[in-house]
Amino acid sequence: MEPSHPADRSYSKEHEWALATSDGLLVVGITGHAAHELGDVVYVSVPKASATVRQFEKFGEIESVKAVSDLFAPVSGEVVAVNDGLNDHPELVNQSPFDQGWLLKVRPSNAAEMANLLDAAGYQAFLSEIGG
Amino acid sequence: MAESSLLVTPLHDQHVELAARMVPFGGWDMPVQYLSILDEHRAVRATAGIFDVSHMGRIEFAGVGAGAFLQRLFTCDVPTIEPGHGRYCLLCTESGGILDDTILYRRSAEAFLLVCNAGNRLAVLAWLERWKQPSDAVSWQDRTLETVMIALQGPQAPQRLTDLGGGDLAAGLTYFGWAEGAIAGQHAFVARTGYTGEDGFEIIAEAAAGSFIWQALVDGDVSPCGLGARDTLRLEAALPLHGNDISPETNPVEAGLLWTVALDKGDFLGASVIRQAKEQGPERRLVGFEVVGRGIPRAHQDLLVDGRSVGAATSGTFSPTLQRGIGMGYVEASLAKIGVDLTVDIRGAMTPARIVRRPFYKRAG
Repeated sequence: MEPSHPADRSYSKEHEWALATSDGLLVVGITGHAAHELGDVVYVSVPKASATVRQFEKFGEIESVKAVSDLFAPVSGEVVAVNDGLNDHPELVNQSPFDQGWLLKVRPSNAAEMANLLDAAGYQAFLSEIGG
Repeated sequence: MAESSLLVTPLHDQHVELAARMVPFGGWDMPVQYLSILDEHRAVRATAGIFDVSHMGRIEFAGVGAGAFLQRLFTCDVPTIEPGHGRYCLLCTESGGILDDTILYRRSAEAFLLVCNAGNRLAVLAWLERWKQPSDAVSWQDRTLETVMIALQGPQAPQRLTDLGGGDLAAGLTYFGWAEGAIAGQHAFVARTGYTGEDGFEIIAEAAAGSFIWQALVDGDVSPCGLGARDTLRLEAALPLHGNDISPETNPVEAGLLWTVALDKGDFLGASVIRQAKEQGPERRLVGFEVVGRGIPRAHQDLLVDGRSVGAATSGTFSPTLQRGIGMGYVEASLAKIGVDLTVDIRGAMTPARIVRRPFYKRAG
């Protein structure tokens, strides 16, 4: 079953989400739709802390049993933390894509970029458009 | 291929009802997974799973000349297949390439059943027509579309068959043996074969009967499994996939399948080229390799030794049992040895790997 997409965060058309936290950071992950489409995730490859990511550019790869997909950053900024738990438990991306399966914490470099993202309703509408 | 032209098996509605994810495969709309490839894989290794393999070709042969005809086309020594048994064998081109890998079952002195790959069924049928002489007293019938084939695989497969009244079959059949009997009250052809590296059975029945048997297995809590798990299971067992690991461009010598070829049986299609290839020794060989660290190899990726390309992967996946990337591929024959270090070019990431003994997984006992 497709999980629903929480309203507390922003979404990219590349199926990533970004959630603002009280410390000024953004938590980044892939959407429930993306996790469902990928199937069983077995490896997640993301840059180390202090690396720089750029909005809508590739920052890593996520690999399921069947296929590999590129990860695209929903915002630009500096990586301040990565989810080390995914090394041993990549299945968290499938089980909990919006919470325990998060990928990165980013210090955003340009707040205006958030305007390039969709809200949950907009993302849901986008999924309907593409037949997801 | 347009989606509307895809064939569907008689179990299609049952897959949709189970919310399977369907994909096109070999001209058919088939379930790739129900809930999770990993869970389905583990179910087959630990308990039992069922696969709809109705897309595979089923061709029945009859006639006093059937055995002689098949003997000319297939690599195995057909007269030595006893009624009640089947044999894994190849159909080769004149140039020794592998047109398909199949199982040929003998039903009686003059009747056989051939199971071939889904994507090769039409090519096999055309090949049969091409080589039939007017003097060949043989006829055949493609039964694929009217029948169902279910693979019941896993250590608990005999128990699951017994649960449905097939206890005599479970107790009596040896590997590659077959018999007819009743499963869930339905008449079926049951063979002790499979493509997972586990014990198990392949069950063939008329469409309605097969649909009933499938439902009885699902209702008995045997896990339905899709093509995704079928691929990870067969690759752990190092069973070749036609179109990837073997093809008309590969011969049985380099593919390590000489054991399926009865070289001394007289003439058959491809015989002279295969004999010659054996004499000369192959230039390349199929090997199994596992990734040393992280990374999942995939088909077509380059295999290197000391920075030099020495071959390419033909299959690759994540092994749920070994928890690492595994693959098969062809490398220069002089390098095809257990323990040789390779590098796999995984989308530009030069990933260390090592040639290992096949199969990657072997069941206990």
